[in-house]
Amino acid sequence: MAWLVVRLAISMSLLYTASAVFEDQVGKFDWRQQFIGKVRFALFDTHSQASKKLLLATDKNVFASLNSRTGDLFWRHVDKTGPEGHIDALLMYGQDAVVVVGNGRLLRSWETTVGGLKWETVLDTGSFQAAALVGVQDFVKYVAVLKKSAISLHDLSSGSEIWVENLPDSDSVQYQTIYSGGNGLVLVLGVVPNSHIVIVEYKIEDGEIMNKKSVEAAWMSSLESSCAVVSSGILLCVDQITQSLYTLPLQSAEQTEMRQIHLQTLDLEVVSGFRPVLTSTQPNPAQPPLSEFFLQLSPDHHILLQFKDGLIAPLRDFNPAYLAAFATSGERTVAAVMSPKNDTACSINLFSADTGRRHLDTTIIYHMDPNGGKPNRLYVHAFLKKDDSVGYRVMVQTEDLALTFLQQPGRVVWMREEALADVVTMEMVDLPFTGTQAELEGEFGKKAAIQDGLLPMVLKRLSSQFILLQAWLAHLWKLFYDARKPRSSVKNEVTIDVLSRDEFNLQKMMLMVTASGKLFGIDSKSGTILWKQYLENIQPNSVFKLIVQRTTAHFPHPPQCTLLIKNKDTGLGSLYVFNPIFGKKSQISVPALPRPILQTLLLPVIDQDYAKVLLLIDDQYKVTAFPSTKNVLQQLQDTASSIFFYLVDSSQGKLSGFRLRKDLSTELIWEVVIPTEVQKIVAVKGKRANEHVHSQGRVMGDRSVLYKYLNPNLLAVITESTDTHQERSFVGIILIDGVTGRIVHEAVQRKARGPVHFVHSENWVVYVYWNSKFRRNEFSVLELFEGAELYNSTVFSSLDRPHPPQVLQQSYIFPAPINTLEATLTEKGITSRHLLVGLPSGNILSLPKLFLDPRRPEMVSEQSREENLIPYAPEMPIREEWFINYNQTVSRVRGIYTAPSGLESTCLVVAYGLDIYQSRVFPSKQFDVLKDDYDYILISSVLFGLFFATMISKRLAEVKLLNRAWR
Amino acid sequence: MAMIRVLSLVLSVLSSVTLLWTQSGECNNGRRSADAVDTDFSGFSVPLEHSFEVDDVPRFRLRGALQFRGGREQGVYLSQNQLSEKDRNTLKDVAAVDGLYRIRVPRVSLQVDRQTEKQSEGYLTTFVRACSLVESHLSDVITLHTDVSGCVVGISIVTIPGSCRGIEVEDEVDLEVFNTTISVVAPVTAPVPETAPYIERMEQEMEKKGKNPQEQKSFFAKYWMYIVPLVLFLMMSGAQDQSGGGAGGGAANGGGR
Repeated sequence: MAWLVVRLAISMSLLYTASAVFEDQVGKFDWRQQFIGKVRFALFDTHSQASKKLLLATDKNVFASLNSRTGDLFWRHVDKTGPEGHIDALLMYGQDAVVVVGNGRLLRSWETTVGGLKWETVLDTGSFQAAALVGVQDFVKYVAVLKKSAISLHDLSSGSEIWVENLPDSDSVQYQTIYSGGNGLVLVLGVVPNSHIVIVEYKIEDGEIMNKKSVEAAWMSSLESSCAVVSSGILLCVDQITQSLYTLPLQSAEQTEMRQIHLQTLDLEVVSGFRPVLTSTQPNPAQPPLSEFFLQLSPDHHILLQFKDGLIAPLRDFNPAYLAAFATSGERTVAAVMSPKNDTACSINLFSADTGRRHLDTTIIYHMDPNGGKPNRLYVHAFLKKDDSVGYRVMVQTEDLALTFLQQPGRVVWMREEALADVVTMEMVDLPFTGTQAELEGEFGKKAAIQDGLLPMVLKRLSSQFILLQAWLAHLWKLFYDARKPRSSVKNEVTIDVLSRDEFNLQKMMLMVTASGKLFGIDSKSGTILWKQYLENIQPNSVFKLIVQRTTAHFPHPPQCTLLIKNKDTGLGSLYVFNPIFGKKSQISVPALPRPILQTLLLPVIDQDYAKVLLLIDDQYKVTAFPSTKNVLQQLQDTASSIFFYLVDSSQGKLSGFRLRKDLSTELIWEVVIPTEVQKIVAVKGKRANEHVHSQGRVMGDRSVLYKYLNPNLLAVITESTDTHQERSFVGIILIDGVTGRIVHEAVQRKARGPVHFVHSENWVVYVYWNSKFRRNEFSVLELFEGAELYNSTVFSSLDRPHPPQVLQQSYIFPAPINTLEATLTEKGITSRHLLVGLPSGNILSLPKLFLDPRRPEMVSEQSREENLIPYAPEMPIREEWFINYNQTVSRVRGIYTAPSGLESTCLVVAYGLDIYQSRVFPSKQFDVLKDDYDYILISSVLFGLFFATMISKRLAEVKLLNRAWR
Repeated sequence: MAMIRVLSLVLSVLSSVTLLWTQSGECNNGRRSADAVDTDFSGFSVPLEHSFEVDDVPRFRLRGALQFRGGREQGVYLSQNQLSEKDRNTLKDVAAVDGLYRIRVPRVSLQVDRQTEKQSEGYLTTFVRACSLVESHLSDVITLHTDVSGCVVGISIVTIPGSCRGIEVEDEVDLEVFNTTISVVAPVTAPVPETAPYIERMEQEMEKKGKNPQEQKSFFAKYWMYIVPLVLFLMMSGAQDQSGGGAGGGAANGGGR
């Protein structure tokens, strides 16, 4: 009995909250993909032949190890964002990887097999210049770190500092590189631009300066970009102006100036405007570098040269060749060179470094993705085969941040799309119907059908029904056929051809726009990338806006999406129109946008091809319509007086409203100016266009109705004070009607500052701010009500709502910092709403809106109980079972996207940041779906049982009646 | 004619309503004492302009003057002229073509001592449909919104009723005098989490429990006298059911034969 009561109590307490997944539901309708970002350093573990490790450090401050056979992550360390976690250098020796982090702030050593931290040393301040491994007598024992004004030497096994020395004349000399050839000395090379080079020799044991000399080099501006050390300590530099190479033995006392070798004497020439690049290799830090090196003379011209006895001799000319790289396995060093083969493919060949001879049968064909970028980095992993020949694999990084790992003869072992580590914006689009479904739909949709008459319509109907029957039979046959085959051979490959809308529209196409300008179409069910498109010439500071102009609902017209790409500095924009299902660029002519774009507006007006009209407003307040057919322009003229839009100029604190005129010019109709001396506008948000609100009001405890103020034109404007003093700083929230410019509500949250995250939906705004007095995050909710009666219940017009709404507000403490905030969205808006909170820990919290209700009472009364209001508690609870992504944390979650599905109970969620996580949430649980473990057998057997029981008992009753009658 | 004009000037109406001047403490920034010194004569006035044109190109004319009173009893008054006959006709014409009736005020700070500091340029504008103004017989509500420092950031106008139903309006009587309600609204201070009352409430509840030891007892301790007999009864009846069921079954079988 007690057990029962306890069970009851637990289930009661979970009444609100049961939203966690069961163990067997893990991965059933959710998936996560982890990314690392743009690779800056990549090293293969050559320690042992069987090693599969690939160490990578990226511009997202991620240090990771990949399995080079599968491309999966072994482990990943995500450091702080920004310069604090910036990875300056990655060095590897044996099992250890040494990383310099945060502009030379930290020196860390990682154990590469499990990714454990071995040691960490805090370095002295000073901007980082270079780091190098230092070996003595064929054994690498130290790591040297060069800062702007000091050099320090650390023990490789413990990280302890051996010595640190200040650099001589560090205010005039720019020290840039370290060189050590394993002879007991560390050489620091510095340059005084356009004057001379400084070379300082330090003794490894105690840091004593052994020698210091300066060499004339008037042509040199930077050591780092134009020089390399080859052979036994020869500094080799290249200069494109004098078209020559310069050599200097670093440790010889007699030679006091650089020797000039004209490139002409080698029959070489640098293409004008190209900065030549020298690439040398030092396979073992305890030994001097090889005497062979690459010289790149133009973007597609490399040459392998050898330095011997003071002379430079070309070994092999690679023209054309895009990329070249050295790799070492054991004692043998090879060079891999990528040359163009034809328009779509490149061939990679292996050459022996010391002779320049080509290794036989080493060609790898690399097929370039026509929708991708050009290759720009080549990483080679060389290994010795059983027959002592050198084998190799390569990793190619392209401009669009795709990593491709290839092995002979050109098989793609794996591929990673690292552009997805930086998703900027996304949309979800319904999948199209299958051909047969579409046929059926299209049959009645066409206008021709009206003219057809009765008989052809019947025939058409019959024929389409026949097609359906055929498709069904084919499906059955396939099922039967598949069932006979062993399970393993049945593959569920997802391709574009087999994609079609499922019964409940749970599977959708995710369109993702990344910062690098690559677009992706991803199947939401499995996470498979179905198409990708790299847009070239995207400025790094571009902003994107993705607009769905036509959904898949208008067969036979293909769905259409438009991407507005806008340069942040100039404001100039361009449009890219494509089909979201197949990723193909649309042939529709796009209007030229010669002027900066200020605002876009997607109208519900559709053209004759069912595409929604997009209005683009430029800086002269002229409007461009897209598409701009005659039909559209006619419709725009008819409805011009009811098309309003707003502009925000946060630099002047100005919000202004405009109305469209018939000639597509605009007129200013309202203006609100928030003085920038006091506060600045940080964000403006309207409501989502595809949001539905099911109930117009809330039923109160006394059975009266409190009507919601559902203004679709309402804008929430968030401001932050310019005064950042913790007592005087504030966050302002202003609700403005976007049509009339009427300030509906204005509130100030005192002693608060940003960053503010907020959601604006239905009749409420929820925002999160930092309370600078109590040093905590707080949630605040604003709800707007019209009152006990509606002003005009049939239609809402901003122009005719004279009475201001009642505003209720309440605040709560939230015991965690947050990264992002979004609200769930469902098909009809019947399901209760949840807020999805992205936490820095990587968890996504599904917080019931029930807890954020300004009508939560202080004291529980009969009426509040009737209304199901939770009594007010100042602290918002965080429960582990509210985390929708259990242990699948999303690193650096930046945005959450929600989309309704065909099921009212289900909302699709995509969280993106460094990782991408897709799942479904059921804010009111799955009230319209049978449970997974629903016992079909039991219910059907009970049904049948009852059926037969009634049959039998009926028969028995008849017999009994008959017997009684005879009696 | 001149006579009439003079008359209309004489008859110019001072329609004014004072409303909530919710001055917040922060807004004054310790200048409260200074304000209190210059009492009644610290007020100033700002022009309120309006524009209604058939061609919908704004040409603003003076409608009235907004007079702000500083000092202790702060408020805003609007003194405005009657509409001339020409204006009335224009307004009706504009209403007929569904034009806009716009108003604007210059950007000002309501902090009296800041008046001299800086005069920010530019206007704040808003509009209402001319037809709704006509149909409401010139009864409008104008609200000035200020920010925390007392600067006017926005102006809004609504008419009551706000709809346009195409009702014919009698001339002269209804369209001469504005019936305006004017108010200044400062931002409200948003609530912060209320921990103190909550803790108080919890303490009260604890006290109540402490006072009343009866309530501290657990569910079982309180109701054992009901539960035990119930359980016993259920157990007994369950046992009886089993035996009774068996017996009944046997009887039924017997009956069947």
